Amino acid sequence: MKVRYFAWMKKTVGVPEEEVTPPAGIDTVGDLVVWLRGRSPGHAEALAEGGAFGAAVDQRTATFDVKLAGAREVAFFPPFTGG
Amino acid sequence: MAVRVQEADFDVGAELARLTDGNRRIGGLAVFVGLVREMHVREGYHRDLVDALTLEHYPGMTETALQEIEAEAQKRWPLEATLIVHRYGRMEPGERIVLVAVGSPHREAAFEACEFLVDWLKTKAPFWKLEDTPKGEQWVGAHQEDDAAAARWEKK
Repeated sequence: MKVRYFAWMKKTVGVPEEEVTPPAGIDTVGDLVVWLRGRSPGHAEALAEGGAFGAAVDQRTATFDVKLAGAREVAFFPPFTGG
Repeated sequence: MAVRVQEADFDVGAELARLTDGNRRIGGLAVFVGLVREMHVREGYHRDLVDALTLEHYPGMTETALQEIEAEAQKRWPLEATLIVHRYGRMEPGERIVLVAVGSPHREAAFEACEFLVDWLKTKAPFWKLEDTPKGEQWVGAHQEDDAAAARWEKK
């Protein structure tokens, strides 16, 4: 699946997006966050526990208990500041 | 009923004329125009000067989120016309960022729905502001007041 990062998270992770293939057992958004932290120190910092960031699965806002089954695109981002 | 996300500026007069053209049931049109402010508000008072603002968004998700907010407003109020135009990219102080216009037979619904749309788009549409200041670039953090403003429209 494709993982995308927005705003400051893009810079902290080091890439705006990446293709990843999580192993079996990574079932939810929360599982994916924990697994992604292991990819690099930048990932660990951007996706740190207790950090103020949200997620979207296939372009819809998703809580961390949402299942990833069949997801093509998961995004992580800081709180929205538009308007 | 329309949502647009674009880099270019918009002409408020032309947008409003197009929105109401041919609809004689509209008795009131409430309009909000958001501008780039030259002072950044931090901890409740104005501190840092802002040279420019760059708005990033999530193409695809942004349009869907704005359409859902617009649909929610139409469910809650009797609206004849709604328009949301939100810009992205680099903007300098004084430039227009966002236009929200709501037409209804009566003003109460137009005022309320306009305020609702602005409150919700600030907290539910995927936009992020990067400020260019004399001290360097910094991402704008979420404001608690914005969360509180959006929360008052949540159905109990």
